[in-house]
Order: sequence, then structure tokens, then C-alpha cells
Amino acid sequence: MAEVIEQIESAIRGNKIMIFMKGTRTFPQCGFSAATVQIFDELGAPYGTMDVLADPELRDAIKRYSNWPTIPQVFIDGKFVGGCDIIRELYDSGELEPMVKAALGAGAGR
Amino acid sequence: MDAKEVEELIARGIPGAHVEVRDLTGSGDHFEALVVSEAFEGKGLVERHQVVYNALGDAMRVRVHALTLKTLTPSQHRNRR
Repeated sequence: MAEVIEQIESAIRGNKIMIFMKGTRTFPQCGFSAATVQIFDELGAPYGTMDVLADPELRDAIKRYSNWPTIPQVFIDGKFVGGCDIIRELYDSGELEPMVKAALGAGAGR
Repeated sequence: MDAKEVEELIARGIPGAHVEVRDLTGSGDHFEALVVSEAFEGKGLVERHQVVYNALGDAMRVRVHALTLKTLTPSQHRNRR
């Protein structure tokens, strides 16, 4: 258990945008995961992904970690931002792009 | 699980909320919900969705595969009309 939490935290630390999803970015295994990575692709933003289907322990742990029952889960700059609906809503309202830029910009200066 | 059950669970968990649930596929596990409640006032989207997930409790973990959620405060809902 502790090991998988460490795995989650290190992924979130290491990626300004981190997506826990079903499948991979090239082969998403669920429509909601596919829609989510597509939005970040449209923004041209680099992101990390982890496939929860490859590891049942991770799938369970990530839900408890963020107190969120569904996949995908998106973290921006270390903070849990939401699942597919929220990402879609933030994208449609124009709020997502500045969030992404701010997160990526924060890393570029170092 | 039908849309009505989901609607009742959410309404029971968030007193006074206006809840509309639609079964997207007819298979009883993919739903779309509109929830309008004063409880969302001052809360971000993550917290709002968590309120709804908590109302659904175990049903969300076990019986509902997917729930597309729209969470609005009463004033946001009025402005949409």
C-alpha cells in the first residue's frame, strides 16, 4: 500500500500534468479517458499517464488517494483537478488553458 | 439500477436539491445527472462532485459505471435558462 502511494506521489511530482487513466494515451480503454487525453492533446500540453488497468492496486489506491470514485483523474501542478466532466467543463469555459500554461510555466523557469 | 433510483439517492443525500437523472445507454449503469443545490455555493467543482458521489455512496462504487455530472447553484441554474 505505502509503495503504491509513493508511486502515485512521485508521478504527480514528476509531471506537471498527470493523468491516471484506463489504457494508454495511444490506446485508451474507456471513452472518458480518451476524451480527457484528447483535450490535453488539443492544448498541445505535455502530460504523463499511468494505466490503472495494468495494476488493480493502483486503481484502488488512486481512488482513495483523491477521494474520487472514478477514472480518469487529472492532477495539475500536484493538485487534483477532477475527472472527465470537470476537465471538459474547464476546457469549454476557457479556464483550463491558463491553468495548464501556469503549471507548465512554473516548471520552465527552474 | 434505474435513473429513478439514482435520482432518489442523490436527492436523499442532498436535501432540497433539484435532481434530474437520465439513463444514457438504457443499460442501467451509464447516467447523466443535473444537480442544482444551494449546498454547492462557494464550492469548487471537485468538492461539488464529491458531495454527489458521497450521496450515492456504495452505489457509485459498485453499480454505477459512469456518471456524467453537472452541478449548479440555484443562481447558476437560473442564468442558464
